[in-house]
Amino acid sequence: MIGLEKVCLRIGSFRLEDVSFRIPSGAYAVLMGETGCGKTSIVEAICGLRRIISGRISIDRSDMTRERPADRGIGYVPQDGALFSTLTVREHLEFALRVRRWSRGAIERRVDELACKLDLEKVLGRKPPGLSGGERQRVALGRALSFNPAALCLDEPLSALDEASQDRMCALLRSVHAAGNLTVLHVTHSRLEAGRLGSLRLKLERGAVSPSLPADS
Amino acid sequence: MHPPKPSNIRARSAPDWPFWLAFGLIAALYAALICGMLLADAQHTSVSAFLQALHTPEIQFSIKLTLISCTAAAVLSLLVSVPIGYLLSRGRFLGKRLLDVLFDVPLVLPPLVIGISLLILFQTPAGRAIESHIRFTYAVPGLILAQFVVACSLSVRTMRSTFDHLPARCEAVALTLGCSRASAFWRVALPSAWRGALTAFTIAWARSMGEFGPVLVFAGTTRFKTEVLPTTIFLELSVGNLETAVAVSLLMAGMGVAVLTVIRWAGEDSNDWT
Repeated sequence: MIGLEKVCLRIGSFRLEDVSFRIPSGAYAVLMGETGCGKTSIVEAICGLRRIISGRISIDRSDMTRERPADRGIGYVPQDGALFSTLTVREHLEFALRVRRWSRGAIERRVDELACKLDLEKVLGRKPPGLSGGERQRVALGRALSFNPAALCLDEPLSALDEASQDRMCALLRSVHAAGNLTVLHVTHSRLEAGRLGSLRLKLERGAVSPSLPADS
Repeated sequence: MHPPKPSNIRARSAPDWPFWLAFGLIAALYAALICGMLLADAQHTSVSAFLQALHTPEIQFSIKLTLISCTAAAVLSLLVSVPIGYLLSRGRFLGKRLLDVLFDVPLVLPPLVIGISLLILFQTPAGRAIESHIRFTYAVPGLILAQFVVACSLSVRTMRSTFDHLPARCEAVALTLGCSRASAFWRVALPSAWRGALTAFTIAWARSMGEFGPVLVFAGTTRFKTEVLPTTIFLELSVGNLETAVAVSLLMAGMGVAVLTVIRWAGEDSNDWT
C-alpha cells in the first residue's frame, strides 16, 4: 500500500498542497497529469528523494515520512533510467544486493532470474553506452526489482521508447506486476499507457489528485 | 499595403569568406607566436648541449625534486578537491557562494603575494607550532605547500565542473537501492568522475611544475635542497648561463605538452558520463 495524507511540497516557485491518495496493496496505479504539474515530485517524495513540508507518507501502513530513501524499500525507475555509466548490466542487477550484503550464491541466483525474466542474458557484460533504449529501461527495471521491494515507482518509463519497445515493456510490466504482490505507481501522460496498465487511475490537476475515469469510458 | 514582390523576399547576404579569413588570420598569428617561441628555444641549443646540460648533478637533482614535489602537490590537491568539488556541486548550504569565491582566491592572487602570505602565516603562533614539528619555510614541505595552494584551486574548479556534469539522479537512484549518501558517492559518483579526477590531477601537476613566485619566496632556491626546474631557470639566467636555462625550458615545454596530451585524452568521450 502507498498512502499520502495531506502532503505539502514545494517545487521551485509553486507548491502542491494537501495531496492525498491511497494505492491499495497489489494495485497498479497510474498517475496522470500535464507536464510540469508535479507528478515527478510526488514520486520523488514517496521515494524519500524530496523533502515534504508537511503531511504523511506511508508504505504498507508504516509511516515512512521521515525515513531515508534506503530504508523505504521502494524500487525506483526514473524516466531516463539513470544507469551507472561505469557498471555493467550484471553489476547493475547486483548493486542493491551487494549493498545488502547478500551471499555470492544468492546474488548469482537472483541476477540469473532477473536476466531471464527481463531478457537481459545476452547483454549482462555490457555497459550503458552499448545498450538500446529498451534494454536500458529493462536494466533500470531489473535494478529496481532486484531487492524485492514492497512498492515500485515508475516515472514515465516508456516515454523515450519506440512503439515496439513500448509494447514489449508494457507486457513485461504486466507480467512483473502479476508475478508478485507488488504495489506500483506509474507516472505517465499517455492515456494509452494508462489504459493498458492501470488498475487504478489517478489524475493530478491543479494541485489535487483525484480518481480518473478510464480512457475508454 | 502590398505584399513584397518575390525578388525582394530573398536577402542578399555578404559572402562568408572575409569572416572566416579574418578569424583564421587571428588564429594563425597566435599559433605562429606559440610555435615561434618553441622553435626559438629549440634552435638556441643542440641535442648534445641539451643532454649535457641535463646531466649535471644540480639539474638532475632539480628534475627529481620537481617530479616528486609536483606529484605530492597534485595528489594532495586531488584529495582535497574531490570532496570540495562534490560539496560545491551537490551541497545546499548557507555561505556556499562565499566559499565558492574563496576557493578561487589563490587563482587571482599575484604569485608573490601567495609566497609572502605563506611566509607570514608560518610566523604566527599556529604556524610556529606546526614548524616545531615539521619545517616548512625554506624546506621541501614548504615547496610542496607553495605548489599546492594554487594547484588545488584549479583542481577544485575541475572537480566541481566534473560533478556538475554528472547526473545527480544516478546518486538518487543509488539511495533508493539502499546506499547511504557516502556509499552512493563511493559506489556511483566517484567512479563516474574518474576522467575528471585524472584531468584535475594532471592540471594540478602541470600548475605545480610551473609555480615560481610562491616557491621562490616561501621555499627559497637552495641548490641540492629546494631547487626545482623553474627556479633552476632563474638561477642559470642570473649567472648568465643561457644554454642550461634554455635546455631546462625545453624540458619543461616537453613535460607541458605531455601533460596536455593526457588532459586531452582524459577529456575525450566525457559525454559518456550521462
